[in-house]
Amino acid sequence: MSSAEISTHHDAAHGEHHGPAKGIRRWLFATNHKDIGTMYLVFSLLMFFTGGFMALIIRTELFSPGLQFVHPEFFNQMTTMHALIMVFGAVMPAFVGLANWMIPMMIGAPDMALPRMNNWSFWILPVAFGILLSTLWMPGGAPASGWTMYPPLVLQTGDAFPFLIFSVHLMGFSSIMGAINIIVTIINMRAPNMTLLAMPMFVWTWLITAYLLIAVMPVLAGAVTMLLTDQFFGTSFFLAAGGGDPVMFQHIFWFFGHPEVYIMILPAFGVVSEIIPTFSRKPLFGHDSMVYAASSIAFLSFIVWAHHMFTVGMPLTGQLFFMFATLLIAVPTGVKVFNWVATMWQGAMTFETPMLFSLGFVFLFTIGGFSGLMLAVVPADIQYHDSYFVVAHFHYVLVPGSIFGIMAATYYWLPKWAGHMYNEKLGRIHFWMSAIFVNVTFFPMHFLGLAGMPRRIPDYSTQFADFNSIASVGAIGFGLSQLLFVYIVFRCVRGDGATATAEVWDNPRGLEWTVPSPAPYHTFEEPPEVTDGKAFS
Amino acid sequence: MIQKLCLSALAILFASSAGAEWELNMPRGVTELSAETYNLHMQVFYWCCAIAVVVFGAMIYSLVKHRKAAGAKPANFSHSMTAEMIWTIIPIIILMIMAVPSAETLIKLEDGRKPDLTVVVTGYQWKWHYEYLGEDVAYYSSLARTSVDARRKNSGIDPNTVENYLLDVDNPLVVPVGAKVRVLITSNDVIHAWWVPDLAIKKDAVPGFMNETWFRAELTGVYRGQCAELCGKDHGYMPVVVEVVEPTAFQNWLDSSRPEN
Amino acid sequence: MSNNRYYVPSESYWPIVGSIGLLFTMVGVSTWLNGSSPAFWLFMLGVTIVVVMLFGWFANVIAESESGVYNAQVDVSFRMGMFWFIFSEVMFFSAFFGALFYARNMSIPWLGGDSNNFFTNLILWDGFESTWPTNGPADVGGEYESMPPFGLPLINTALLLTSSVTITIAHHALLQGQRALLKVFLALTFLLGFIFVYLQGVEYIHAYHEMNLKLTSGIYGSTFFMLTGFHGMHVTIGAIMLTIIWLRVMKGHFTPTKHFAFEAVAWYWHFVDVVWIGLYVFVYWL
Ligand code: HEA
Ligand code: HEA
Ligand code: CUA
Ligand SMILES: [Cu+2]
Repeated sequence: MSSAEISTHHDAAHGEHHGPAKGIRRWLFATNHKDIGTMYLVFSLLMFFTGGFMALIIRTELFSPGLQFVHPEFFNQMTTMHALIMVFGAVMPAFVGLANWMIPMMIGAPDMALPRMNNWSFWILPVAFGILLSTLWMPGGAPASGWTMYPPLVLQTGDAFPFLIFSVHLMGFSSIMGAINIIVTIINMRAPNMTLLAMPMFVWTWLITAYLLIAVMPVLAGAVTMLLTDQFFGTSFFLAAGGGDPVMFQHIFWFFGHPEVYIMILPAFGVVSEIIPTFSRKPLFGHDSMVYAASSIAFLSFIVWAHHMFTVGMPLTGQLFFMFATLLIAVPTGVKVFNWVATMWQGAMTFETPMLFSLGFVFLFTIGGFSGLMLAVVPADIQYHDSYFVVAHFHYVLVPGSIFGIMAATYYWLPKWAGHMYNEKLGRIHFWMSAIFVNVTFFPMHFLGLAGMPRRIPDYSTQFADFNSIASVGAIGFGLSQLLFVYIVFRCVRGDGATATAEVWDNPRGLEWTVPSPAPYHTFEEPPEVTDGKAFS
Repeated sequence: MIQKLCLSALAILFASSAGAEWELNMPRGVTELSAETYNLHMQVFYWCCAIAVVVFGAMIYSLVKHRKAAGAKPANFSHSMTAEMIWTIIPIIILMIMAVPSAETLIKLEDGRKPDLTVVVTGYQWKWHYEYLGEDVAYYSSLARTSVDARRKNSGIDPNTVENYLLDVDNPLVVPVGAKVRVLITSNDVIHAWWVPDLAIKKDAVPGFMNETWFRAELTGVYRGQCAELCGKDHGYMPVVVEVVEPTAFQNWLDSSRPEN
Repeated sequence: MSNNRYYVPSESYWPIVGSIGLLFTMVGVSTWLNGSSPAFWLFMLGVTIVVVMLFGWFANVIAESESGVYNAQVDVSFRMGMFWFIFSEVMFFSAFFGALFYARNMSIPWLGGDSNNFFTNLILWDGFESTWPTNGPADVGGEYESMPPFGLPLINTALLLTSSVTITIAHHALLQGQRALLKVFLALTFLLGFIFVYLQGVEYIHAYHEMNLKLTSGIYGSTFFMLTGFHGMHVTIGAIMLTIIWLRVMKGHFTPTKHFAFEAVAWYWHFVDVVWIGLYVFVYWL
């Protein structure tokens, strides 16, 4: 079951295809999945730093009680923008970038199925975030109603309001096109003989994620459209006087929002499921049940949304239903965690940077999952809700979850992209700094929440001071560690490391390791022959 | 290194459970349901710890024993129906064990029948309004003067010198001890949320709708909380203070608060 | 062998033109909504760029298609892409249908005192009784008449249903190579579509002038106009696409075996049709 069984035909004559275009045209007019993937990844890194910079403003203000640096209205703008940028600008584009780079290579396709649309999906993003960021300089400032945009508060936004709505529309438009492209690529462009169940886990989790995206991004678009008409055209969707309900927005938003959080974690599950087998030198345990588990998570994610709304005054039966459904999600997620552990079990493990990040992922994501489970218990959630306990929960699943997943993927595939090894020693330092500081930042937030500190406040009572200081120190440390990441990637792309072999790692599985490193501009113009239908599990 | 990391993580995790006295944990509160909520919280937490011990234990064992550096040779298994059945069914059972008491407590929480007293709480940007239904007593409750002075940016006042900084109001809600108090919650503008941790109550104040909850405080005292739903720039500055007093004191207070006095 | 290769276009400037168009459109419409009327022209400029982009892009694709560089696999990609795009549109509509169901089954009964909202009705909206249609307990937008399901809406239903028959006939004609029949029935289809849009316009004018039924008429007006409005917009787009397809047929495009664009538009048309049935049942009738 090694990659030796996968043989590729490389057409010597490249026909009408040439290398990359010269200069800026290569990027503006790009149709090559690798170029577009690179643009997504670079954009995402930029947004990660922008959103992280805002997080640092938040943490600086919260370093000690009393208002020192910003005004409350600006603080709320930072919270809102931080979240919107991290969610839609950093995490989602990073995964789309990884999908662009890797999916065609992993399934033996020449490119994405719809290359021009692929370009458009990307180039809408700078427009969307340009518009969103420009609101910072508008009268009334940037949106300040939290990333959840609840009415009626969001209707008090100043000039930024329509810009917020339309930038969300654009993000949705981009994600939908990106997702359609990924679905079509996976379903239609696999190498002959590669059955669905033979697909690598990263491809599988992305397929499921793409379905989540096309199912829920339009719903978000609908929700913000109703906000727009309520504001400018006198509709009453979220106005009780007219027969609507402000809480109706929350239902529609979370119908999008909950699947959205799995959109941000499923591809990371896929990444980790690629990496752990490689460095355990053992096939992924229970490949098929991993597929079923991911599908169950996706299915369940549609029927749990109101667990974000246990305090809005839902009828009892609703609360009970959503509590039970939410608890159920722990089962398929548990299957994933157990399968990763079983993959490591009796392997022969080594701990290169991608593996370290994957292990960090499994540990810390699980802790975040546990706090999620606690949140699902309605009476307890009545205490936790809108406190820092929730902030702790979701940063555990998002930062050492999604972000670690992205980092792991970057280290894992970077040699394939760049043709050189990154500096392993620095990589490990980066991991340990990140892993330590992420806990210093977010672990104390559990205590803050339990002790009664609400979220989204610029100032707090003095009993919360100590843990807030610790968290702020951790945040700065975590942020600085990420500069190291940029340095490592930059050095590697410049070609400072040893030349990478085609396999890069010790006998990894998957088609991407059968092509040279760096991967040629066009891979698999003739589909590779997959001799063993199960070569990738 | 990894072992150390997770051992210390676990140590912190367990420390938190013993830490009620250092205010690291959810308050046990002063109502029957707040205590039940606290117990639920701890019960679920212990389950998580137990699962963590098993999962992380297996993982750490594997990380130590099945290192290539320790000479491990990789096995090649990738399926085991039995194992997968076990780790599907056991979590389901654990979840059911958690779900039952949670549902029971929830059902009690929702049962606000036959109250002794009803107050209507209305959220405003950025203060609360309290009205004792049928008693002709109503007033606003806003952030206490001392905090208002200190909270301004660069006010020059050290918050540590202000008693109950940001958690004090001019006119608290006063209720009798041992009485079942029904709280009806609504808002005049945007959504707020009325939260008192010691009473285990948090309910959104939604404009145009009247939400309902209740509590029965078993101890006299002053219980503090905050608005828990982002409601604009001063969301952090609209605390909730509930003063639980003896019934006679309450009656006196009520009488002296009526407008004719 | 090279004929069998999946066609990967080497580069294209249309997407970036589209993004610039969207930038102008969005900045224009937002500034306009914020009260600056000159921004309307920025909005129009953006829309124009987007329209030009669509024509240019599709012209590219059509030229490539006619020159035979697309193999069967590319055709399947287009089909799947269109299918899932329509699915995402369905989800967009479901947000508004969701709002309608929520209002009718939750918020309005609650305002009337149902479920755990006894005090909502007693204290906040005393005397409000849950009914449908309604413009809410505060009578937002003033007294209005609700849209009856018969008359124009019924005619419109008939029109759309007929158009889905005509497009099916056109499809069969295409498959059997009967070009004349194809031209006639395709033309009939988009004519029916445009008549539908026209009648919808008449209905709106009637609603605004005679019935005082407006977008501002509480939740009934909101859901009525948003659902029918977005639907009408999709009918318009669909009819325009049908017209373009018809022009292509007149130019001799499409063969019994290769006609993705035709089918894509046909699917879109059926989707618009199905949404209408949902609308007719839940907005007009029940
Ligand atoms: C990547 C993102 C991500 C992920 C994966 C999750 C996963 C989960 N989340 Fe989280 N969540 C968020 C992101 C995420 N969440 C965000 C962003 C918010 C806040 C939004 C906002 O308000 O701004 C939020 C808020 C949130 C709330 C609302 C809190 C509140 O506002 O009051 C709830 C409540 O139920 C919840 C629950 C859960 C649960 C049960 C899971 C489960 O999927 C977790 C499952 C995993 C495990 C349980 C661990 C592994 C399992 C085992 C080892 C098996 C055995 C275990 C048992 C049997 C217990 N989340
Ligand atoms: C994927 C999503 C994601 C990610 C990665 C993060 C990352 C971080 N978040 Fe985020 N956060 C959210 C999603 C995310 N967050 C969401 C959804 C909310 C809720 C918002 C709401 O309530 O509406 C939230 C809210 C939130 C709060 C609560 C705010 C409040 O309630 O008022 C806090 C507070 O500490 C916080 C902190 C952090 C920190 C310290 C990081 C760190 O991990 C960031 C680390 C990165 C860096 C620090 C970048 C490095 C930068 C530099 C080194 C310097 C930069 C230099 C230049 C720009 C020149 N976040
Ligand atoms: Cu009121 Cu927050
Ligand atoms: Cu959720």
